[in-house]
Amino acid sequence: MKTTYREAVREAIREAMHRDERVFLMGEDVGRYGGCYAVSKGLLEEFGPERIRDTPLAESGFTGAGIGAALGGMRPIVEIMTVNFSFLALDQIVNNAATLLHMSGGAFNVPLVIRMATGGGRQVAAQHSRSLEGWYAHIPGLRIVAPATLDDARGMLWSALEDPDPVILFEHVLLYNMEGELPEQAGPVSIEGAAVRREGTDVSLITFGIGVFKALEAAEVLAEEGVSAEVLDLRSLRPLDDRAILETVRKTHRAVIIDEGWRSGGISAEISARITEGAFYDLDAPPARVCGVEVPTPYPEHLERAALPQVPDIVEAARGLLSGGEGDVA
Amino acid sequence: MSKPYRMPSLGAGMEDGTVIEWHVEPGQRVRRGDVVGVVDTEKGAIEIEIWEDAEVLEIVADPGTKVPVGEPLLVLAGQGDDDDRSPSAQESVEAATPGSAEAESPALEDVWDESEAAPEAAPVEAAPRLRVSPVARRRARELRVELESLEGSGPGGAITLADVESAARGEAGEEEAPDSAGQEPPSSPPRPKDEEPGDKDRHAAMRKAIAVAMTRSKREIPHYYLAHAFSLERTLRWLSRVNEERRPAERLLLASLYLKAVAKSVREFPEFNGFWDDGGFRPAPGVHPGMAISLRGGGLVAPAIHDADQRSLEELTKGIRDLVQRARSGHLRGSEVADPTITLTSLGDRGVETVFGVIYPPQVAIVGVGSVVERPWAVGGMVGSHRVVTLTLAADHRASDGHRGSLFLDRIARHFETPEDL
Amino acid sequence: MTFPPSPPLPDPSHAHSLLRSMLLVRRFEEKCAELYTEQKIRGFLHLYIGEEAVATGSIAALERRDSVVATYREHGQALARGVPATTVMAEMFGKQEGCARGRGGSMHLFDAETRFYGGNAIVAGGLPLAVGLALAAHMQGEDRVTACYFGDGAMAEGEFHESMNLAALWNLPVLFCCENNLYAMGTALEVAQAETDLALRATSYGMPAWPVDGMDVLAVEHATRRAVQSVRAGGGPHFLEFRTYRFRPHSMFDPELYRSRDEVAEWKKRDPIVLLANRMREAGILDDAGMDALEAEVAEEVDNSVRFAEEGSWEPVEELTRFVHSDPEVAE
Repeated sequence: MKTTYREAVREAIREAMHRDERVFLMGEDVGRYGGCYAVSKGLLEEFGPERIRDTPLAESGFTGAGIGAALGGMRPIVEIMTVNFSFLALDQIVNNAATLLHMSGGAFNVPLVIRMATGGGRQVAAQHSRSLEGWYAHIPGLRIVAPATLDDARGMLWSALEDPDPVILFEHVLLYNMEGELPEQAGPVSIEGAAVRREGTDVSLITFGIGVFKALEAAEVLAEEGVSAEVLDLRSLRPLDDRAILETVRKTHRAVIIDEGWRSGGISAEISARITEGAFYDLDAPPARVCGVEVPTPYPEHLERAALPQVPDIVEAARGLLSGGEGDVA
Repeated sequence: MSKPYRMPSLGAGMEDGTVIEWHVEPGQRVRRGDVVGVVDTEKGAIEIEIWEDAEVLEIVADPGTKVPVGEPLLVLAGQGDDDDRSPSAQESVEAATPGSAEAESPALEDVWDESEAAPEAAPVEAAPRLRVSPVARRRARELRVELESLEGSGPGGAITLADVESAARGEAGEEEAPDSAGQEPPSSPPRPKDEEPGDKDRHAAMRKAIAVAMTRSKREIPHYYLAHAFSLERTLRWLSRVNEERRPAERLLLASLYLKAVAKSVREFPEFNGFWDDGGFRPAPGVHPGMAISLRGGGLVAPAIHDADQRSLEELTKGIRDLVQRARSGHLRGSEVADPTITLTSLGDRGVETVFGVIYPPQVAIVGVGSVVERPWAVGGMVGSHRVVTLTLAADHRASDGHRGSLFLDRIARHFETPEDL
Repeated sequence: MTFPPSPPLPDPSHAHSLLRSMLLVRRFEEKCAELYTEQKIRGFLHLYIGEEAVATGSIAALERRDSVVATYREHGQALARGVPATTVMAEMFGKQEGCARGRGGSMHLFDAETRFYGGNAIVAGGLPLAVGLALAAHMQGEDRVTACYFGDGAMAEGEFHESMNLAALWNLPVLFCCENNLYAMGTALEVAQAETDLALRATSYGMPAWPVDGMDVLAVEHATRRAVQSVRAGGGPHFLEFRTYRFRPHSMFDPELYRSRDEVAEWKKRDPIVLLANRMREAGILDDAGMDALEAEVAEEVDNSVRFAEEGSWEPVEELTRFVHSDPEVAE
């Protein structure tokens, strides 16, 4: 069945709503408007305003309400329009969703799913282009998932809803239009564990979300040069799949980590540190990182392109690990 | 000003050493050349010397501690102008000048290592650490590849896994396929840190060290071989005459003649006395022949007799006796292990006529002497019974040619034949 | 302050139970203060003393099936709600027998049994949660009410606004219980709020709201019953402003530079326990002997709780990382 990432997410929501009457979708413009990215288009008509619940512009309020509803026995899907707006809900996500189970000594778990769009590349400037998955991946008590493929977009939501604890799904804005084939009866997909998207022997391109496709493209370029790149799609940023990360590095001895987020203190730093801790003696070169340039994302197309990781950057980083360069790979 | 006294590098393959004992204690004054302690290495226990007059302030590494090369062992309080220099600056000055005239000073402890890393008399800057990727370093140990000999192809010229594996393949040909991801090292797990190595371990470690050096030699050095047999009658007669007048402990050893003959000859043929590194030959400033000494229970070492060309036969005899005894008891000094500029091997009187040696890299020559045997020997048309010895030369064809080699060998023989001039 | 006349005394046994409940909170917290100085209780300790009528009266008007969301000054709510003094005290000690296994401490009391959802130490942080609990009840078609406690300080927070708007917009069964004790920590109401008539502000969200004498437990209970009845009947959220006063400093480490002793003394004249006891004496349902017996009973309960806490155990450090994610058996 030909479909898009957007439709895959929508199907996942539809299916979840049919399967479990405790599930409902709540967020800004999810109902009458059809979703900012048209993910929930048509669902209001199907499920009604109670379960496809438009909220006021009150990120903290409705995210907290999602937490409360989860405590009260529901299985809410809270859509925060983009990660940029989730900062208004940070108190609820960090101080409540991630914390209540522990603070209550296990008495109250929060089976909440938060979906948010993330990433840049659409010339919507600094306040609408953030990639702060790494921030959330810092918080114990949360599960952070970044479905990149159609299968994952379709199958991870259900697994996230089945998890007894809060799960945040990050959907990259550039993926919504991605087309592909998906089986009619696509099943659930685990929200744990990374996946090798391309096998290779010389260098591991470790990434998630949109980065997976940039890495796959880079691997094609590298293949023409005789370099065999493996592409690891992390899929889950918390917990990180240490086993898969170390496995691929032990195989190729070289790693390039790709993240649209910034380098300093980013998830790329964490991955790099784990590689160094866990596979130091398997490394044939220092881990390299291709990250967002440390600048608020600018509006002009050429500057934005320069600010985000691009295929040539990945190719260059990989080459730098493979051949004798003049000096350290920055 | 205090400064660290660091674990010396006593050879190219040495990465660390375990402190066995200290001969000094805090507060004690030490003089340049004093043996301050004993360190266990793959090659055995080695006495380590101090390089300056100083006072020991603190013992940093207690006996039993395994310390990487370059890490502090002691804290010293220096004196004089040295105090104004930072320890690292001072070390690098010393380390960076082994090939210059100043290297007559005893600051030669790292001559093998530094000859690899800092061939030129560089400004005051520490010699860069060899850039080796972690996996390459691990694999090199497994495959017994000498990293120092490799050209790095990785980022910043780092030696990579592929460099190590291709080097190993090029030599051994029997190594496994390059992709050995996830494999454990084949055998000989590293020794637990605090465990003092037993004789068995030490023996294995020594075999390993020999294997590393000899493999590298045979892989890298294009040897050529020359042999020259000659009568020792005259020499031996002279020797017994000289020794008749001496008490047993003072009798000259034949080996001292051999040593002196080589040492004198090599001054005239400097291309056999030095090191091949970084693609070129670097003559050694002094003549420090290493004497191959086989150890009881197996293995061998080839410690240097310093400045053999300038020492009398008496001094050399004394030196050889001392060296053999200390080599066999595991108490060699660091400089003795590290300094040889050419190696001499002798099979003594065990009956084999000819020995062709394997050069100890980065040296460029090894002179061998077989057993003294009785043979019919013609001199001036007359055949008689002579005690004959076969002298051999294995030399690095990159540094010298056969013609010079044969002249060199002949010169040694001549010196040997005229012991009174030695 | 002018409030409607205090409601009549309820039947003696209920009056006794209200008095006992307030007295338990008072004596329990006095003990806590003492234990704090002995370092048995650490961290922050915010005492409720003076405000006992609010928790006691309002929670008396709730049903078991209702939910409670409280603040970091929640010992009174927890005890009034029926969380055992023993597990509350053990929680204060940090023992694993505590109502949150010792993981929360004084500010984070939780109890599933009584639907007591904490113990939230972010001012206004509990409000969206309460809205969500009410949303769940609403969607499940259950007539549970969620009582949400917060202080006057919370009304300056954005989350207050968001939550009031959401609850009113969706007509959710939330009872907003504002405990106006006149100070947000050390910042007086008039220093922090442009409109100090808090109930008036609440009405702007289109929900019924009115002030209540928070020192009169009978007035508190009466007002809450009225509000809860309306909320439960589908009347949407209600807002009660309980005007009250804390007699003790904000926390144990507070020199009280922001208010006068006279002011405190003035308020103490309206001590909620004394007020109720006097009315009971006047009505002839309490005498000295009765009061002494009550005190003795409460003292025993407090002593019991301390003993329970003392005898409690520390959770093994090996369990440190539990409850970050649900244990498998917690998962449904």
